[in-house]
Amino acid sequence: MIDVTLESVSKRFGRAGDTAAVDDVDITIAAGEFFTLLGPSGCGKTTTLRMVAGFYFPSSGRIRFGDQDVTRRPPNKRDTGMVFQNYALFPHMSVAQNVAYGLKIRKVGRAESKRRVEEALAQVHLAGYGERRIDQLSGGQQQRVALARALVIRPRTLLLDEPLSNLDAKLREETRVEIRRIQREAGTTSLYVTHDQAEAMAMSDRIAVMESGRVRQIGAPQEIYHRPATSFVARFIGRSNVLSLPVLGAGPETVTVRLPDDSQVSVAAPTDHGLGTGATALVSIRPEHIGLTSATEPGVVTGRVTELEFTGMSTNLLVDVAGEAVQVAAVDPPAGLSVGDQLGLRLPRERMWVVRP
Amino acid sequence: MSTIPATPSPATIPPVTGSPAPAGDGRRRRFTDRFTGGTNSRWFPYLLVLPLALILFGYVVQPMFATFAESVGVDAVANYTSFFTNSGVARSSLVTSLIISAASVLLCGIVGVAMAFLLKRFSFPGRRLIEAIILVPAALPPLIGAISFQLLYSETGILPRGLQQIFGTAEPVLPFSGIAGVLVVHTFTMYPFFYLSAAAALAGMDPSVEEAAYNLGAGRVRVWRTVLLPMLTPALVSASLLVFMTSLASYTAPLLFGVDQTMTMQIYINRTNGDLPMASTYASVLGVVSVLFLLGMRWYEGRRSYRSQSKGVAAHRREITNPLGRWLALGASLLATVVLLAPVATIALVAFSADGSWTTEVVPAAYTMQNFVTIFSDPNAFQPILNSLQMSLLATIGCIVIGVLIAYAVRRLDFRGRGVLDVAVMLAWALPGTVVAINLISAFSTGNAFSFGQVLIGTFWIMPLAYFVRFLPLVFRSSAATLAQIDPALEEAARNLGASWWRAFGSVTLRLMLPGVIAGGLLAFVHGVGEFVASVLIYTSQTAPISVEINNRMYSFEVGTAAAYGMLQVVLIFVVMVVSGRLETGRRASREAAQWTA
Ligand SMILES: Nc1ncnc2c1ncn2[C@@H]1O[C@H](COP(=O)(O)OP(=O)(O)O)[C@@H](O)[C@H]1O
Ligand SMILES: [Mg+2]
Repeated sequence: MIDVTLESVSKRFGRAGDTAAVDDVDITIAAGEFFTLLGPSGCGKTTTLRMVAGFYFPSSGRIRFGDQDVTRRPPNKRDTGMVFQNYALFPHMSVAQNVAYGLKIRKVGRAESKRRVEEALAQVHLAGYGERRIDQLSGGQQQRVALARALVIRPRTLLLDEPLSNLDAKLREETRVEIRRIQREAGTTSLYVTHDQAEAMAMSDRIAVMESGRVRQIGAPQEIYHRPATSFVARFIGRSNVLSLPVLGAGPETVTVRLPDDSQVSVAAPTDHGLGTGATALVSIRPEHIGLTSATEPGVVTGRVTELEFTGMSTNLLVDVAGEAVQVAAVDPPAGLSVGDQLGLRLPRERMWVVRP
Repeated sequence: MSTIPATPSPATIPPVTGSPAPAGDGRRRRFTDRFTGGTNSRWFPYLLVLPLALILFGYVVQPMFATFAESVGVDAVANYTSFFTNSGVARSSLVTSLIISAASVLLCGIVGVAMAFLLKRFSFPGRRLIEAIILVPAALPPLIGAISFQLLYSETGILPRGLQQIFGTAEPVLPFSGIAGVLVVHTFTMYPFFYLSAAAALAGMDPSVEEAAYNLGAGRVRVWRTVLLPMLTPALVSASLLVFMTSLASYTAPLLFGVDQTMTMQIYINRTNGDLPMASTYASVLGVVSVLFLLGMRWYEGRRSYRSQSKGVAAHRREITNPLGRWLALGASLLATVVLLAPVATIALVAFSADGSWTTEVVPAAYTMQNFVTIFSDPNAFQPILNSLQMSLLATIGCIVIGVLIAYAVRRLDFRGRGVLDVAVMLAWALPGTVVAINLISAFSTGNAFSFGQVLIGTFWIMPLAYFVRFLPLVFRSSAATLAQIDPALEEAARNLGASWWRAFGSVTLRLMLPGVIAGGLLAFVHGVGEFVASVLIYTSQTAPISVEINNRMYSFEVGTAAAYGMLQVVLIFVVMVVSGRLETGRRASREAAQWTA
């Protein structure tokens, strides 16, 4: 069942003609799904989320909750629970009063309200903190109060805008597991905003990758990782080499390209790749999928090591292949490898994938 | 795995339009929906702003135009040309006002900056005490302040006569009179503009910048000249503009020291002589100059910025270790303490003196409680207090309601003309009290749409209206300052949890603004109770406020009773300062607003 729909939604700030902060975005989120907007800072994630919350109205396009059009519905009638980046807890109320605020507006009875507040606080491991003042809590605890406040009203959609960005690294990982657990238990449809691709990959059912106000790709984490749609997505999600290679022939789902060693290889491509013989294809391959070899055989290109960095888990190399810098993450590099050495890189056909510009 | 479409097909969702208004209690429901929806519409800001804009136009802007119309109503521009003729009162009044203002800037600058450097950069015995009382002279209402300086430093004042007695000379020693007297009052009451901004700039300055200069080999003088002073420049320029403007608007000091040829005095004199067109001409010129200063200040504040890059490191203080220096510092601290507290002490002392008992003595000869007894037992003597409290309370309520809404509109809503609204409030602040009074006289001596067709001059209502116009900016400033500390996301969070705009505003934003609003309101109230400059031009015998009563008592040589009224005001101010000090966040807001009191 589909819970939230954004249909050709655009948002322009200021005068007409300015570039759009959000440009023609189509998204559907299924009931109970954990959906993430991922992209670099300034790409329009917050603006999109705020249109769903009702703080901005789209310049064009529609937003639907289920089969109700909510495009111009005021924020207090939307029944969303939002967790703000800086938590936005009311400083003049206690923890319990903060959590009870939405219940009071919904005219929930006193006893019922008290029970639900306690339940919500227990859910975020803050049982017994109800009487505390907000400034007596640590950042992580404040974050959890904000989550409880949003969840206690049992919203139809949970909205989270970079809720972990103010926490330190360790707490961030703990809390993301917690958020996901609570979301699963409650089964609340969630729209999550982050610029951290690792966070998005770890938490999401599906991810929409945004760039400059546009959605570049929507898919499950694995799809986005293994089959990035554009060179931007390939580079933004993890690290990736995007090689420009001449096209020798094209099929419906494959493109044959020439590697720098003059060998030919047929690479998987999206059906709408639109490439013909003579064109240049962008082919992505992850650094960890490139093998090192001393053999010369088809599919092996040679290059010169220009940078070398040992990280413990692997050795990161930068290899100059016919003028192009190729990143390689070698788990077990040959002993004594150093800058200036020549070596062969094996580019496995099944790990290569044609992306759009 | 094949292609992943960037956009899933929306075909599965049946298109539905219109929001599903729950069926049931029909009309009322739909009405409230439309109403609350109204707060969310694009037009909502305009609905809120329109009445506010009308009020500012009606009581601040439109009266200015009325004054201008009055000034050219009879002899066209003849009144204005008198400013350009070589001899004549108009020209010399303008020149005198400008000279007094320039001299005040210089004197206040020297005193204020020196105080800031001494108190913020050095550590010596008595420093904390001075820091605590440094703003006392400036906290007095203008009339009380000017009277206390007159009692202290004029020919008949305590200090010149005291020195005369000590040295056995025939004449009082070092008396201040005329323009010199005015400058003494200005220096003592306006140096805080320099002190506060220089102290804030020094406190906000990153000490490592100064250290870097020393590290690169600069000597102490060079560091001051090339690093410290340039970094203080923005603060000093704003303070100069403020002092200049405030001096130009100053009325009580020239009145008490008998300097007739200033702009403000000429407004008063022409008005009392019944020449309203000429009074309006002076008011228009003074008004335009003040507005230019206001715009200049806004422009300057918009472009200045030497924000310190790193934070958290407190500026270091140099300990004075040399024993001689310590004794000198101690002596100077004591002297400063006496000088700072002398005005209040004088008022307190004279308040208990018998009227008519102080003739040629250094201090009054006979003491009594009678002054206070008279004030509280004689209905005629008590009436001014009632008047002031009542008129100031009314004005304060208006200031709070309108000031808070304007602050919210200007800081939180997005609408065309926001800057204009902001300027219009500050206009009320920039205009001298005398000009505000003349503007209201010009606008409301006949019926007018904004007075609902009534003549307001000669009625009770003109007084609270004048106080409202003068002190609205105080509440606006302190509300806006508090609002700036409140994250807009708080209101959004309330909205997200289902609160209507009104409920979110009331239960979150307004609630959090409260300390600043109360602080600003108290400030407006105190200023209203002490207001003199505008009152003296528009009061009637029924509406005479405390300040006018004080002035009248001074004229009939009832100095003791006059000081007793003053003492009551000082006590009120003290109480209010203690109360505002308790409102933690209110303190910052009121300090911010106090910087803007003229
Ligand atoms: N209220 C606003 N007025 C004008 N421009 C805005 C406003 N909010 C966001 N923008 C602009 O829209 C773009 C997207 O912003 P935002 O959605 O906050 O990005 P993100 O959350 O992805 O970092 C940015 O270029 C930003 O400057
Ligand atoms: Mg953002």
